Amino acid sequence: MIEVQHLTKRYGPVTAVDDISFTVERGEILGFLGPNGAGKTTTMRVLTGYMPPTGGKAIVAGYDVFEQPIEAKRRIGYLPETPPLYPDMTVREYLSFVAKIKGVARAERKARVEEMMRKTHILDVAHRHCGKLSKGYRQRVGLAQALMHNPDVLILDEPTAGLDPKQIIETRQLIRGLAGDHTIILSTHILPEVSQTCQRVVIINRGKVVAVDTPDNLTSRLRGSETMYLQVDAAGADAASVLQRISGVTRVAAADSKQHVVGYEVDSETGRDVRRELAAAVVSRGWGLLEMRPMRMSLEEIFLHVTTEEEPHAAAAEEVVP
Amino acid sequence: MSNILAIAQKELKGYFATPIGYIVIGMFALLWGWFYYVMLIIFNQQSLQLGGLEGGNADINSQLIRPLFLNASVILLFVLPLVTMRIYSEEKRSGTIELLLTSPLTDVQIIIGKFLGAMTLYAAMLAITAIHVGLLFSYGNPEWRVVVIGYLGLLLMGGCFISVGLLISSMTKNQIVSGMITFAVFLMLWVINWPASFVGPNTQNILNYLSITEHFDDFTKGILDTKHLVYYFSVMAFGLFLTARSVDTERWKG
Repeated sequence: MIEVQHLTKRYGPVTAVDDISFTVERGEILGFLGPNGAGKTTTMRVLTGYMPPTGGKAIVAGYDVFEQPIEAKRRIGYLPETPPLYPDMTVREYLSFVAKIKGVARAERKARVEEMMRKTHILDVAHRHCGKLSKGYRQRVGLAQALMHNPDVLILDEPTAGLDPKQIIETRQLIRGLAGDHTIILSTHILPEVSQTCQRVVIINRGKVVAVDTPDNLTSRLRGSETMYLQVDAAGADAASVLQRISGVTRVAAADSKQHVVGYEVDSETGRDVRRELAAAVVSRGWGLLEMRPMRMSLEEIFLHVTTEEEPHAAAAEEVVP
Repeated sequence: MSNILAIAQKELKGYFATPIGYIVIGMFALLWGWFYYVMLIIFNQQSLQLGGLEGGNADINSQLIRPLFLNASVILLFVLPLVTMRIYSEEKRSGTIELLLTSPLTDVQIIIGKFLGAMTLYAAMLAITAIHVGLLFSYGNPEWRVVVIGYLGLLLMGGCFISVGLLISSMTKNQIVSGMITFAVFLMLWVINWPASFVGPNTQNILNYLSITEHFDDFTKGILDTKHLVYYFSVMAFGLFLTARSVDTERWKG
């Protein structure tokens, strides 16, 4: 549905996007992840035909964005970082104008505007001026704008930025509900958002793609070893060495302790499940096994791992908080 | 075409959603009204004096309507920058330009739409002045052809100013910068032929040709000369063409 080939964008001497390529399948939600200034917005602006690339090409819904911009734009809905609202128009006026310029047929316009307002829950502000809306409403009006012509492809630049937690959840639900009918690219620097909404993630840093995968694969790919967190009540003093003796266990470290309860981090060889042995060892000695769960590298750590250069692993490991 | 009209309509609504449309029309009407009043008094005195002589009569077209039109062209220098300064600058500042440039519209449609929107506001400004001129018809006998040609001249001259203003507005996101530069350029286009009397004949011709207001003179006399029509239409087309280039360049710069 979306094909980006060797896309490069330079502003004078500054290279904002450097030879990136990726594809997005129909109905997929792709997360675009990267620190501020990584080139997310630039890439999105190129994809939507807002600006031409210095090199490479972008094909959206079968149309080259620069050879056939009008055809491509008919199939793209775009929500920029700041929703492009006219402050002096009411929400309904604004959406009617959008419907007109997006080529919604005259007969359907009115119904379409109402439908979009219902879908994005902005009917109650239909008569308010766009300039007087709160951030959350602006974002939703922007979303209604992007959806107006029922585009195949939706490109959303930080759709949840500046929203309160309830609105964030609503917006994510809305976006997830749109997948399937629409192919979606959304950018964010909020990591949980990616694991909750996206099927695939592209991490970019300094204009280059550093990782493309599903959130799950990214997590496991970057995990060097399996780590279990174990919480044991009334453990003997030799608990650590007992656990260490189990075959397959490579490292045991006390992570925390509260009165009688001690938490351990147990590393084991990759691909080897030591949970049964761990449980047996604890229980057979009459200690209480309160908790046992796998510790996975969170997206935050992966993100740090792929976007920082100085000893990312060490930094990530330190931040593992049980 | 419907895209162009949608943009034009949006622009026009934009003028009246803010005070700017009312202020521009109101101030123009006020200034025009003042000039009208002053010149009518002068005209009345003149015609009384002339009427005292044998067979003498003042010509309402050349002594009242023509100076009014010429004064209007000066008012426009001050008023039209207010109309054009926001056209592009505002969209760039607020980010709504992203909506326009990512919608299935061509740059030309956007530019023509914006131009037509501003022209409609300008036409509304002129329409109000028609009340004053209309009054003259009920108390005197001006020649209507001269009046119509004068208005046509005003419309075309304003079109030139608007296309130049549009170009300047497309180059900056700051309305004040846009307005100030537009104002300076308009003034320059007005006074550019002032040294005409002391430079050589060739330079004189060039300077006279460049001055937008100079071409208006014949219109106020009721003369419809193709040379002026060609000039005005070329300036408008050139202004709009450069605007298209400017929008494209801005797009590359991002």
